[in-house]
Amino acid sequence: MSIDELLEVRRAPAARHLLSINDLNREGILEIMRLSDAFAEVSERPIPKVPALRGRTVATVFMEPSTRTRLSFETAAKRLSADTMTFTAATSATVKGESLRDTVETIDAMGIDAMVIRHHASGAPLRVTDWIGASVINAGDGTHEHPTQALLDCYTILETLRSRRGGDEPHDLSGLRIAIVGDIKHSRVARSDVLAFAALGAEVVLVAPPTLMPASLEGWPVQAAGDFDAVLGELDVVYLLRIQAERLGEVLLPSLDEYHWRYGLTRARAAALKKDALIMHPGPMIRGVEISPDVADLPASLVTRQVRNGVLVRMAVLFHLLGSGEI
Amino acid sequence: MADREKTVRPPGRIFIARAQVMDADEVRRALMRIAHEIVERNRGLDKVVVVGLQTGGVPLADKLAAILEEIEGATVPLGSIDVAFYRDDIGLRPVHPEEITDLPFDINGRVVVLVDDVLFTGRTVRAALEALAARGRAAAVQLAVMVDRGHRELPIRPDFVGKNLPTRRDESVEVSDEGVAIGELQTAEKEREAR
Repeated sequence: MSIDELLEVRRAPAARHLLSINDLNREGILEIMRLSDAFAEVSERPIPKVPALRGRTVATVFMEPSTRTRLSFETAAKRLSADTMTFTAATSATVKGESLRDTVETIDAMGIDAMVIRHHASGAPLRVTDWIGASVINAGDGTHEHPTQALLDCYTILETLRSRRGGDEPHDLSGLRIAIVGDIKHSRVARSDVLAFAALGAEVVLVAPPTLMPASLEGWPVQAAGDFDAVLGELDVVYLLRIQAERLGEVLLPSLDEYHWRYGLTRARAAALKKDALIMHPGPMIRGVEISPDVADLPASLVTRQVRNGVLVRMAVLFHLLGSGEI
Repeated sequence: MADREKTVRPPGRIFIARAQVMDADEVRRALMRIAHEIVERNRGLDKVVVVGLQTGGVPLADKLAAILEEIEGATVPLGSIDVAFYRDDIGLRPVHPEEITDLPFDINGRVVVLVDDVLFTGRTVRAALEALAARGRAAAVQLAVMVDRGHRELPIRPDFVGKNLPTRRDESVEVSDEGVAIGELQTAEKEREAR
């Protein structure tokens, strides 16, 4: 047995891409959580950087506007010493009519190891895996999934519970009751969160007006509630989704004021929550619609913690895909 | 006994001990000697900090720090580092951090005694040196290992050694609370066949 064989103790992970939370089973999610802990330590150093992905190139391809997710991925790649390339639809040949396939093949031809892609069409990242050789990471596709958001949400809940209890426990989300509130139907964040929260053992309740609830919840590990107030008192986590103002035109939502009154986290609702309940939002947050302005600033609100953890979790995802196996 | 001989590490492989090379007392005495050598070399413990390499070096570093405190009557700063993110084989094989780095002190101007259980190719130590350099400029870095088994692939040598143990490249060395054993790593399937 050679040293190379001796070293080859753990098989490379089967997943080369991260398109959906389903690409990571429960074990995969927990592995990302462990890696994120290691990167949390790295981030607290005076120089928060490790050479782990030196010489690798990560391209961010955003065909839909997003600053925070793109910056978060780029920061993560840089803290791992990878090089980054940025492609945004507004400043590119797409406006000249280039197809997605030509765009990603061109970027791939420059020599990249991973492509982080956001696209308005559900399933676009999956199509891209057929066209390029690099690892593909879904940074949000249409109304399908946004897996890194769900991973950072899981990490944020776990981290908060651990710091409260002053120990290493818990390792998963079992025993927690989490409500996801808002436009479930159009939300890729909700889809990824449902899968991730359930994989880690949480009970998930969806709260939405009937027009913004998916037509069928069959096969989903969730319960549905139309009345936010009826479930308030039993929640450990309230996860608010952004109400996309563009949906207003679709007659799905009569008015933002009415939404706020029935489904927003108002001061009165925040007061009816359990004392230690957590409040989360994937951003960008519209104060006065899904959350009242003062509630967003309560200590229970983890919104800025989510942003900080986004970098750690994306470092973990990049390292998991590029660093831990055969390329 | 059987439980100990067949430690599952690294995952997927089973360590089959062939011979016990050092018993628990011998390991303890070797640590005692190394502790005295560290005190002698550094003329006390003035700037000395002890850093264990995850995971095999950490229990040894704990014990070494305790002995140093006993000898000199002063506390020695103790830390641990995981070098996964500094390895040169990232992407060639699965690399996972074992534990989180814990260096609760500034290494600038300190004498860092790195502690590991087995010195083999030297690649882990190289990664550890890089990880330390990222934290600052130590006055000196010294290396203490329980077993030096040879087969270096880099110009690295230990300052303090428990035992020099000539090995074949394909052998494996295990350091545990019970002592040091030499043997082979086998896949779980091979082990079942053998039984």
